[in-house]
Amino acid sequence: MRLKIEKRNESASTLSVLSMSVLSVVVSLVILGFIILSLGKNPIDAYIQLVSWPFGTIAGLTQSLISMTPLLFTSLGLVLAFKMKLWNIGAEGQFYMGAFGATWGALFLFNHISNPWIMLPLIALLGAGVGAGWGTLAGVMKARLGVNEILSTLMLNYVAIYWVNYLVYGPWRDPASYNFPITAEFPKAAILPQYTANGINLGMFLAIAASFFVYYLLKWTRFGFEIDISGDNPKAAEYAGINVKKMIVIVMAVSGALSGLGGMMQMSGVLFRLQPNFSPGYGYTAIIIVLLARLNPFVTVVVAFLFGGLIVGTQQIQLFLQIPFSLVNAFQGLLLFSFVAGEALLHYKLRWLKA
Amino acid sequence: MTQNIMTTTISSAIRAGTPLLFASIGELLAERSGVLNLGVEGMMLIGAFTGFAVSYNTGNLLLAVVAAMAAAAVLAALHAFMSVTLRANQVVSGLALVFLGSGLSGFWGQRYVGMQAQALSNFSIPFLGKIPIVGEVLFNRDPLVYVGYIIVPLVWWFLYKTKAGMNLRAVGEAPSAADARGINVSLTRYVYTIVGGAFAGLGGAYLSLAYTPMWVENMSAGRGWIAIVLVIFAIWDPLIAMAGAYLFGGISVLQFGLQVAQIPIPANIMKMFPYLFTIIVMLFTSGEKMKKRFGAPSALGVPYSREGKM
Repeated sequence: MRLKIEKRNESASTLSVLSMSVLSVVVSLVILGFIILSLGKNPIDAYIQLVSWPFGTIAGLTQSLISMTPLLFTSLGLVLAFKMKLWNIGAEGQFYMGAFGATWGALFLFNHISNPWIMLPLIALLGAGVGAGWGTLAGVMKARLGVNEILSTLMLNYVAIYWVNYLVYGPWRDPASYNFPITAEFPKAAILPQYTANGINLGMFLAIAASFFVYYLLKWTRFGFEIDISGDNPKAAEYAGINVKKMIVIVMAVSGALSGLGGMMQMSGVLFRLQPNFSPGYGYTAIIIVLLARLNPFVTVVVAFLFGGLIVGTQQIQLFLQIPFSLVNAFQGLLLFSFVAGEALLHYKLRWLKA
Repeated sequence: MTQNIMTTTISSAIRAGTPLLFASIGELLAERSGVLNLGVEGMMLIGAFTGFAVSYNTGNLLLAVVAAMAAAAVLAALHAFMSVTLRANQVVSGLALVFLGSGLSGFWGQRYVGMQAQALSNFSIPFLGKIPIVGEVLFNRDPLVYVGYIIVPLVWWFLYKTKAGMNLRAVGEAPSAADARGINVSLTRYVYTIVGGAFAGLGGAYLSLAYTPMWVENMSAGRGWIAIVLVIFAIWDPLIAMAGAYLFGGISVLQFGLQVAQIPIPANIMKMFPYLFTIIVMLFTSGEKMKKRFGAPSALGVPYSREGKM
């Protein structure tokens, strides 16, 4: 007996894509159940808490929405890059650099400004700008020298994280922090409007607005059209007069800007001060979110919300069931595997041949 | 004193380079067969965790190293199944491996954080270890460093001087021609992806059993990615990969040298050096023309099917 793979003739229908996605999640959950079981914990208990806390309680739902915000910004950045088949794995670093830019503005450059209507746009621009710069670095290296963007953006993630570490352990450490590695708190003018006592803030709405912006960009503008062609067929794009190298740089910049904006929102909306390791890997989770959402900006909103809940729920079961938080990473790995296998099976079918 | 600094720096460069060496040799073998495995970081982490856990529970270091290699090989087999049998996207499958390896090692490893286990200790090689300076630097190390010395020339010899090595290169260069000559392309790719994974696991085991003998979540800290860059740097040649690994090792221990020389650079800035250096190396080694000229396997990352391109 031999396993043989054959191309499917018909292209996959929406229904089969959808059922394949559901199947991926189910398969991942089943395997994850055995992994939870391997620690001697009851997976059913774990799953019940994993779902009921973030989606079944007001407090949990609020937290899920709050963690949806950074996920959504970084994901939207990746939607643009991935559409062009640019593997930007650097959302995490661009997110950190955005937070750095916002902190720089709020605490040092514009700290004399007391009007939030001036301050907030300024630090948002700075955060987005620094994030864009970080993305552009990888874009330019790719366009000019052909440096693989997966490897360069990954290396830049480490640099960004150590850069933030350097600042908060060194020159930016708040003298009043009792030696904790944190900066001083943002001034009032640099804090986003808060709508509930437990942290729902303007950032969430701006993130959702950003998804409309990305949708509009991709669907209705020449830029979006150029992204599509350059991603599908760079040669044809060149024939059509599109400067693909320029597109690479611009798309990496916009992608980095969105992640950077996410970093700014996290500072101004949730944390109010720069600190080490303030992201539980939002920028990496974003990779999985956009792949599962198949690069659709609106589906991305829904998936980002579910992943926000996943992060919050896992924190909950870590606290109450002593299940390590790394479970999230393992789950994401399983999801990605079943996604990639499912994707292959949509285009090919397996057959057993009698040898 | 100066001589002392020199010997310490070089020997710590070799120690720091050894995990990179194993991981990049593994990736080199996989890529030579035409499979791009971006999951090195995940496989190293699973190796580091498994090695530590087995050493902790059994005290048997040989068993620990073998188990680390086996665990990473299992992950690699998953990638091989995705890339070869399902012809899935190798980039995404590799990334999935990073998540899975990092997640599982962190998940199962949490109870080992802060524990101590049996670690590999240095031993001096008779005669060679007695040579002044050179003996101290090269031949007074732990056993896996010696394995590194031996394995690289062996892999080189295997690649260029044996029939099996020639077949491996053929599969990565021109799979259809190899197929026509009766070489089993799929099997070859499976074998070397899995062997490559075992090497990554060995690199991981070196981290948790010798380099910093403990288990810390995500302790490979990007070394798996650096190993992938090293393969490009080495233009897919094991001997250059060895030199590169020790060079990268040197960069990552540069901070100790600078501290001794009392050059005040903050620790967090120095920690960026290996990553910045990696980026600089990529600036000089990238580009399609460069890769073609210097022998990147032509079929790297391209699934093979007898019916032609699909």
